[in-house]
Amino acid sequence: MTYLAKPKVSHPSLPRNALGLTRRDYEGSLSTLCAGCGHDSITAAIVEACWGLDIEPQNLVKLSGIGCSSKTTAYFVSGGHGFNSVHGRMPSIATGANAANRELHYIGVSGDGDTLSIGLGQFCHAIRRNLNMLYIIENNGVYGLTKGQFSASADVGTKAKKGETNFQPPIDPVLLAITLGATFVARSFSGDKKQLVPLIQAGLRHKGFALIDVLSPCVTFNDHEGSTKSYAYTREHYEPAVHADFIPPEREIVADYNEGETLPVVMHDGSRIVLHKLDAAYDPTNRAAAAAQIQERMRAGEYLTGLLYVGSAEKDFHDLNGTPDTALNKVPYEKLSPGSKGLAKILERYR
Amino acid sequence: MQPTDTQHPDYFHKVVDCQWACPAHTDVPEYIRLIAQGRFTDAYMVNRHSNVFPGILGRVCDRPCEPACRRGRVEQKPVAICRLKRVAADHREADIAARLPKIPKRKNGKRVACIGAGPASLTVANDLMPLGYEVTIFEQFAEPGGLMRTNIPSFRLPPDVLNEEIQQIVRMGVDLRLNHPVTSLRALLGEGFDAVFVGSGAPKGKDLKLPGRQEAADHIHIGIAWLESVAFGHVDRIGERVLIIGVGNTAMDCCRTSLRLGAKNVKVMARKPRAFFKASAWELEDAEEESVGIVVNRAPKSFVTEQGRLTGMLFDQMEYELDDHGRIVGERVVGEEFFPADDVILAIGQENAFPWIERDLGIEFDRWDVPVVDKVTFQSTRPGVFFGGDAAFGPKNIIWAVEHGHQAAISIHRHCQGESVRDRLPPGVNLQSRKMGVHEWAYANDYAPVERRLVPHVSLKERFKKLNIEVELGFTIEQAAQEAQRCLNCDVQTVFDAKLCIECDACVDICPVDCLTITVNGSEPDLRSRLRAPAKNLSQALFVSTPLKQTGRVMVKDEDLCLHCGLCAERCPTAAWDMQKSFVHWPHAADNAAADAARNPKIA
Repeated sequence: MTYLAKPKVSHPSLPRNALGLTRRDYEGSLSTLCAGCGHDSITAAIVEACWGLDIEPQNLVKLSGIGCSSKTTAYFVSGGHGFNSVHGRMPSIATGANAANRELHYIGVSGDGDTLSIGLGQFCHAIRRNLNMLYIIENNGVYGLTKGQFSASADVGTKAKKGETNFQPPIDPVLLAITLGATFVARSFSGDKKQLVPLIQAGLRHKGFALIDVLSPCVTFNDHEGSTKSYAYTREHYEPAVHADFIPPEREIVADYNEGETLPVVMHDGSRIVLHKLDAAYDPTNRAAAAAQIQERMRAGEYLTGLLYVGSAEKDFHDLNGTPDTALNKVPYEKLSPGSKGLAKILERYR
Repeated sequence: MQPTDTQHPDYFHKVVDCQWACPAHTDVPEYIRLIAQGRFTDAYMVNRHSNVFPGILGRVCDRPCEPACRRGRVEQKPVAICRLKRVAADHREADIAARLPKIPKRKNGKRVACIGAGPASLTVANDLMPLGYEVTIFEQFAEPGGLMRTNIPSFRLPPDVLNEEIQQIVRMGVDLRLNHPVTSLRALLGEGFDAVFVGSGAPKGKDLKLPGRQEAADHIHIGIAWLESVAFGHVDRIGERVLIIGVGNTAMDCCRTSLRLGAKNVKVMARKPRAFFKASAWELEDAEEESVGIVVNRAPKSFVTEQGRLTGMLFDQMEYELDDHGRIVGERVVGEEFFPADDVILAIGQENAFPWIERDLGIEFDRWDVPVVDKVTFQSTRPGVFFGGDAAFGPKNIIWAVEHGHQAAISIHRHCQGESVRDRLPPGVNLQSRKMGVHEWAYANDYAPVERRLVPHVSLKERFKKLNIEVELGFTIEQAAQEAQRCLNCDVQTVFDAKLCIECDACVDICPVDCLTITVNGSEPDLRSRLRAPAKNLSQALFVSTPLKQTGRVMVKDEDLCLHCGLCAERCPTAAWDMQKSFVHWPHAADNAAADAARNPKIA
């Protein structure tokens, strides 16, 4: 962290988006995380992505639980709506908010503890409901806020700062999400914004639940030798398999792509993701094969990254529940409220 | 790009835009911080070390530092550097004798003659007296100061301020011979001086030979000569309607002086459009505040007389054709216009003139009849004769004259010690960390969003009552404290150690002006186009690190808009970034002497 707020003054030639805003307009308040925390880089990537998507700040909803990761929603898009929930309960809040207003962009930021330990059940059910949101896990393998105990994502054999070794197998959120039927599953690294920013943009535009598991080194408790989630280890064992370029509907695909290596995926709003297969053998559209390959690389100690699985738009939370196609605040009062007679009728059905 | 060599003495020096732009390399940010701390005398001494005349320059410097100031690029208006300098002079302790260099009682036996008691000669004396030299200054007028006294009106530079700073030097024991014009260099050389310094300025104002010039001679004045007559009280009135020809800083002084001597209607006549004016923007502003009319696109054609008396001037009305860069590519006369006038003042430039230098002394003159002077050593083609100030390369300004004096003093010292004048101490830079604690720095690193303070002026009603009422009042201490906070502390450098970087991006993310990028190396034009914010200002360097440990990419910093807020260093988990104060070591004669003494104790 710094003790000074970032000065408001900015580079005069900073580019502006369609709303006339610069990146700086998407920033939040002063980060109180440790200097060098991967989470701050993810925050910067979210800022960049929201700016690039021309999202109106007031149309963004930021949700989080408890932990270092969950503090970060305060550090971006201060013009957005925010809800910092109980530990591991962010998906419930997201579900409620999403049910009431389907027209906003939902971004949940959670950590490996908040998602894979106390919040694992909520996480699984958010995927099952196919909630229309982007769920980012800032994954550092330790409980940073309580001084660095192993979390549920700590790899077997990784060493804590004081030297003890972890022997319990990790829960991998990417494999879990693929198994549970998620249609947008990615892994990335806080130190690679080139990969992360388009993933966030695609995830925000994806219809249904989008997960990005971001390896985000804990610079204070998990950046030493022997750790499998340090900056150095991640860079050494980091294997981008699929690079996803996000292309909004209004922009044409200009680059020349080699067939077989690239794969454009059209999204429900007309925007496209162009997948570049960096590993020719990897197929990000085949759920079973993707899961098998991720497991195989994991056994070899590699972090396969990129958009690891992307599926066609299935029914999302609103389709499944037959909700109105606008936000509830746009449904006329007469329609929204059954009136005392209507209420009596409804109650009658349960007598 | 090759990794940047930050060991080169120019690299960090250039980052301090004001110091780099100052001919005398004044450590501007350092004295501004001292002002912020209320240490006015210390601030004054930092100034005096480099520019010798802080009180004078704090009022009338041409301030090349201000257009260079980074704050001007960050938010349009530069720090009021010049006016802060005046604050240091205005609020310092009266007696600084104890802080001035000690003058040795035992002289070193070398005698130096300086011609003209202007800023260049005075600086030579200031630098050489502490080394034991005996310096004699010959001055044609009854008072020292040169152009500072004769050409700068007293409503801009009060005589008290001028006298005080000149006396600081004269009191070192200078043999100042007033009313002593040098009429023959041959005769002077015959007096056995070990070195002669010519600091006689550019005293000859240009004339305008147009029809009617002879007939109206009584009411046509050469600007600098006229200002000189006013300064010495020989002239105390002028006609009601005055035309000033020319639009440089001398013209501004002439028009404002005219207003104080009885003129009611003063017009400055410019041949070209405003973009081509030579006067500094602030001097134009001050003149216009006093209701001086500035008429553009009028080329003088003739002086109009009636019965031998000036009635006005005839001008050609000009029209110019400009290209895309604003340069004039064509001009034509579209008409003519008469402007009535009782007096005309010509302020169209000045030249140096050396009728008193015999041409057979081995001092070579070029085809414009200007002496050939070495740009580094300031020595003429005759060893032992040096030139400086306007006398060397034509009219510049006081701060340049001071630097010429410093450099000439080094040469004179080396010449007198029988060493090569070319063998000079090179400049250097020292760095010193400003880290005090985790988030604590020994400077105020928070960006102060304060707008440039305006210097209060004496009211328009009051200021014309007497010639010598100083118009600018100077900042109050409170205003100075606010203005000082605007300084970005560019001398507290961002120093990067590539070995320590773990490429976590923290610095890149926090930088408020997006001047940092970690990327794959490339050629300079390529890198400039790929940074987080395009690096379009080619006059500002890119810093490129050695390859980083984890990915082999490089850290690139565009120096252009860095606020020196230190957030990169605060956010850095490994202290790969540090904030370090750069001390630019710009050697003077005393440093050269000290280095000689260290090398060869016998000389000392």
